[in-house]
Amino acid sequence: MDVVELSRFQFASTSIFHFFFVSLTVGLAFLIAVMETFAFVRSDRRELYGKMTNFFGHLFLINFAVGVVTGIVQEFQFGMNWSEYSYFVGNIFGVPLALEVLMAFFLESTFIGLWWFGKDRLKPWMRLGAIWLVAVGTQISAFWIVLANAWMHHPVGYEVVDGQARLTDFGAVVFNYKAWLYFAHVQGSAWVIAGFFVLGISAFHLLRRQDTDVFARSLRIGLVFAAVGTVFSVVSGHTEAQVAREDQPMKFAAMEAQWETSESPAPWSLVALIDQEARENTVSLEIPYVGSILAYNSLEGRYDGINQIEEQYDEAYGEGDYTPPVAWVYWSFRIMVAIGSLLLATAFLGLFLWWRRRGELDRTRWFLRVLVLLIPLPWIANFTGWMVTEMGRQPFMVYGLLTVEEGVSANSFGEVLTGLVGLWIVYLALIGLDVYLLTVTARAGIHRTPEAQLIAAPAPSYEGSGFQGYERKG
Amino acid sequence: MDLVTLWFWLIALTFTLYFFLEGFDFGVDILRPTLARNEAEERALTGTIGPFWDGNEVWIIAAAGLMFSTFPIWYGAVFSGLYPVFVAILLALLLRGVSFEYRNQVDQQRWRDFWDWMSFLGSVVPSFLWGVVMAKIIEGLAVDEDSRVVSPFTDLFSPFALVGGCATLLLFVLHGANFLLLRLHQDTPLHARARRAALGWGALATVAILAFVVMGYVTEGLFEDFGVLPWLFPVAAFLTLASIWLALTLRRDTLAFTMSGLTILFATVTVFIALFTRGVVLPSTLDPAFSLTLQESASQHYTLVLMTWVGAIFLPLIIGYQIWNYYVFRERVRPDEGALDRGY
Ligand code: HDD
Ligand code: HEM
Ligand code: HEM
Repeated sequence: MDVVELSRFQFASTSIFHFFFVSLTVGLAFLIAVMETFAFVRSDRRELYGKMTNFFGHLFLINFAVGVVTGIVQEFQFGMNWSEYSYFVGNIFGVPLALEVLMAFFLESTFIGLWWFGKDRLKPWMRLGAIWLVAVGTQISAFWIVLANAWMHHPVGYEVVDGQARLTDFGAVVFNYKAWLYFAHVQGSAWVIAGFFVLGISAFHLLRRQDTDVFARSLRIGLVFAAVGTVFSVVSGHTEAQVAREDQPMKFAAMEAQWETSESPAPWSLVALIDQEARENTVSLEIPYVGSILAYNSLEGRYDGINQIEEQYDEAYGEGDYTPPVAWVYWSFRIMVAIGSLLLATAFLGLFLWWRRRGELDRTRWFLRVLVLLIPLPWIANFTGWMVTEMGRQPFMVYGLLTVEEGVSANSFGEVLTGLVGLWIVYLALIGLDVYLLTVTARAGIHRTPEAQLIAAPAPSYEGSGFQGYERKG
Repeated sequence: MDLVTLWFWLIALTFTLYFFLEGFDFGVDILRPTLARNEAEERALTGTIGPFWDGNEVWIIAAAGLMFSTFPIWYGAVFSGLYPVFVAILLALLLRGVSFEYRNQVDQQRWRDFWDWMSFLGSVVPSFLWGVVMAKIIEGLAVDEDSRVVSPFTDLFSPFALVGGCATLLLFVLHGANFLLLRLHQDTPLHARARRAALGWGALATVAILAFVVMGYVTEGLFEDFGVLPWLFPVAAFLTLASIWLALTLRRDTLAFTMSGLTILFATVTVFIALFTRGVVLPSTLDPAFSLTLQESASQHYTLVLMTWVGAIFLPLIIGYQIWNYYVFRERVRPDEGALDRGY
């Protein structure tokens, strides 16, 4: 291991940890805003929706805290570990990053406090406005960071002068099709996570027949979210794959472990044993036609294999090794797609049961049990999704322009290693705490009085309180 | 004023706001163990900063983000050059940030004690290290001809940097105590204790700032090229600080807080003026010719124009809603024993 690999490992792990928390934040913020809107509009069911909002809001806050602190690491580590990269891209990449801070982080961090602590001192419409601003803030934040990331995969609106990328057209950077596509997919994945999170917790309490009036409703809100989210993920994911075939052909070939240019119509490999050294698959179980469908939405069409693309890249970028870790990309892609399909099926099965059985849905125990079991799967899909995206572009940091080795800082091995160990210890502790506290709080249900909160701004209990202000307005 | 200069001063502004705002919430966390005598008081102290600390912290994220976009080389050099310092700051901020939310999630004294420690250490460490960072930025790092920083670890803690660290640490504690005077109910014992703390820590902070200024003149020769009024800002920092004890004894709490705020402002401005008058953003200790200059470290003109628009729209907006946030939670806090049994 050298400094480059250590720094890579550090970036990958801190990003994955960060995304572990924020993907839930992004989706759940929206769900909670919707719940609070119900509480605001449906005066006949105010208490019920108020409890629901407070309960899921509490879970949201536990998770939000960790998303925030792990984000600071993200912001600093470009300078700390990737100073050469920062110099190379600063003119362009810094802009969305700064926009994210100015447009999103201030908004979220200020209004989250106003929403939660201000329950007893703001007017109802202000409180509702505050949570919507938080929800919108998370979207803005996701948009700019994903835009920055997408620029690295598909640089546009730049020219390279004296070893530095210079911005020529900011419009092109903002309307980079790759960015919008990634944003759609990340958005979908956040909805899926939050949807199945709410579904699983609701199902858990319905199985125990606790507070069925509240959880039956949150189950239905969750179902709609999950259904929309899965459709979004699958459609945008499929498009992402096709776009990758055009602008990052090496990534696409690695996703399919296709060493040699395929036949037409191309088959799709279901299971393969990959030998990176020998540059071939020892075993590959294939389904005919599906490869062409994936790549072209058509029953015919071929695509280039890794070996052919390697030759093209050698010519374009100079001799070198441009093959990413194929097995990682291949398997990550398959795991994500399998989970995506399973979740899509579950969400629609749920909608179907709701339509056919109405209230009986709350007593369909086998389905509820499945929902509880599914809670971790969206996180695995997320993790593997980023593996496909980021590993599939190795060895480039900025596609075609800058390799990872060129981007790293002049730090010593010892410095980076010590930092990495420190970060890992703290991150593991944080992830453990987050999961533990979420589980305990979620299982305790809505009758647990929240533990002592800050005195300046006491937390309301879940029992619909904090929503009395709504009655006063008459 | 050209855009490069404008952005240099805007970055100075974000740092100043960060030290001003997070300075007092660090201070409150550092003082808590010595001021609070029971659980209700501990919570009251945390309550004074509860709705604000997160918004305050974003100012340092803004400083980093704005440096990245407007002075990428400076950003890369400072953050990679002071790598171990930033790792320590990050670890501290990680643990402190979650302590607010997690402390009260489990009803066990050991659990609470643990998080109290985290928020204490998580505030002491960055308060000290930000002073080190500022001192190192004016003192310079081992920048080589390719603008890479190759400082060995031992370089990071020069005597000047250590004094700088003590100065920010003590200043933030004082600022936190002054903030408490404005946020706690006047007729509580806690309020009286906060005043005593302010007087005591204020004296120490004055000594530390004086030492910092004198060292800056004598050993570092930092303020030689300061132009017309070389002594204005450092001396102003010292004088405002020294005047605080008067405000405190006269019970002019708002004045005391304003003064500690002004001290932070003057001290930060001193750092940035020390750079500006030399036309550099990071001096090189290897060879002055390798220093990162203001003009050459900046982003291209187009990026700066873009960022100026962005800043012009969003900075006033942010400052506006943050002020409103302070207005909403303007009520003074009092420790409430009864609240403990009621579940909050
Ligand atoms: C703004 C840019 C950006 C964004 C939003 C992300 N990444 Fe990334 N990622 C990088 C910029 C980057 C990078 C700086 O370019 C890295 C560091 C080293 C490298 O090879 O690329 C990288 C590496 C990297 C690797 C290691 C690849 C390897 O070394 O083989 C993984 C697994 C991820 N990232 C995962 C993620 C996750 C889970 C993210 C979600 C938050 C994420 N990335 C967002
Ligand atoms: C490497 C890239 C990233 C960087 C530099 C980064 C930076 C940050 C920072 C500095 C924070 C803390 C904000 C605060 O204190 O309030 C944060 C939080 C957050 N980030 Fe990231 N982030 C990255 C990736 C992502 C991605 C990919 C997403 C979502 C798709 C995301 C969404 C969020 C959200 C929702 C928060 C939650 C809390 C908040 O904003 O206050 N981030 N991030
Ligand atoms: C069958 C459904 C799915 C397909 C076909 C699919 C396809 C893809 C593809 C091709 C990429 C790589 C894009 C690129 O690098 O160019 C990707 C990335 C990703 N996927 Fe999926 N995906 C699916 C479902 C899901 C689900 C259910 C989740 C999470 C809940 C998810 C989360 C992600 C994430 C977080 C990324 C990385 C971000 C990005 O590149 O947009 N995916 N997906």
